[in-house]
Amino acid sequence: MANPLRNEVVNLYKNLLHLGREYPKGAEYFRAHLKAAFLKNKDVKDPEKIKQLIARGEFVIKELEALYYLRKYRAMKQRYYEDEENKHC
Amino acid sequence: MAASGLRALVGVKRVIDYAVKVRVKPDKTGVVTDGVKHSMNPFCEIAVEEAVRLKEKKLVSEVIVVSCGPQQCQETIRTALAMGADRGMHVEIPPKDYENLGPFQVAKILAALAKKEGVNLVLLGKQAIDDDCNQTGQMTAALLDWPQGTFASEVTVDGEHLTVEREIDGGLETVQLKLPAVVTADLRLNEPRYATLPNIMKAKKKKIDVMKASDLGVELTSRVKVLSVEDPPQREAGVKVESVDALVAKLKESGHI
Repeated sequence: MANPLRNEVVNLYKNLLHLGREYPKGAEYFRAHLKAAFLKNKDVKDPEKIKQLIARGEFVIKELEALYYLRKYRAMKQRYYEDEENKHC
Repeated sequence: MAASGLRALVGVKRVIDYAVKVRVKPDKTGVVTDGVKHSMNPFCEIAVEEAVRLKEKKLVSEVIVVSCGPQQCQETIRTALAMGADRGMHVEIPPKDYENLGPFQVAKILAALAKKEGVNLVLLGKQAIDDDCNQTGQMTAALLDWPQGTFASEVTVDGEHLTVEREIDGGLETVQLKLPAVVTADLRLNEPRYATLPNIMKAKKKKIDVMKASDLGVELTSRVKVLSVEDPPQREAGVKVESVDALVAKLKESGHI
């Protein structure tokens, strides 16, 4: 019998895997850690607990998006607005 | 209200990803692009985001994204569609012509498309991180004879007008433009959203029209010739000194004191 939350978990994994392609330490590093994190909880059966874990995964997605945004923003700022930064120092 | 009928054309450029270390070709004709990760120009992302936000505020009814370049540009258009644009247009440029494609040629294409599609707002990034030209928006505005708000850090629509806060040396300038107008995005305009996997999947259903520059009656010959592309000068190695006296001596020697 397939768990009704199975689909959600699989989608979460796919979304994270997609985000991991841009991870600063490399996609392979990210994938290994992602897989380990999911395998660690493979025996969780309680639907409430699974929902909690999914919520945690969604949070990680938000964190990663913020990380990528900031990384890009800082790179742009450093390249194109260097004078301004020095002024504030 | 007239403003709700606004239609926006957003230009996006596919460039070498900002995180990639760019290498110059040994024959100095350009930079190595084969097998290098490409993505949407960060300033174009900001322009797309702004258009999508205006749409979410119901100030814009349709967001059209356009990119000029080789086949792979469609990936960049897809990213913009995943961010929320409605449909894409790809002006396919053969690789041979793409080498000579400069801001002027792109501006001619954008101006022709803006007229053809009957849009009243053209949103672009202020510049691309590969050639750093910062000319396309200005030239497009000139060719269309529309007002321009460049280096925008805030855009507000009120009726027939657009109020644009511009980043200028030493501060901000607020200008009012009469629509139709051209706006180019600066870094602080907004925080572009991430094109998530589900949205990329959904974007596959959106339409991308493919056309040639000649279909728009645009001539691609360039009057600019690239003579040579070179690496910036390498930073020279520093020297370690043993004592204050040695430091002073070194500084005197190099003429700093």
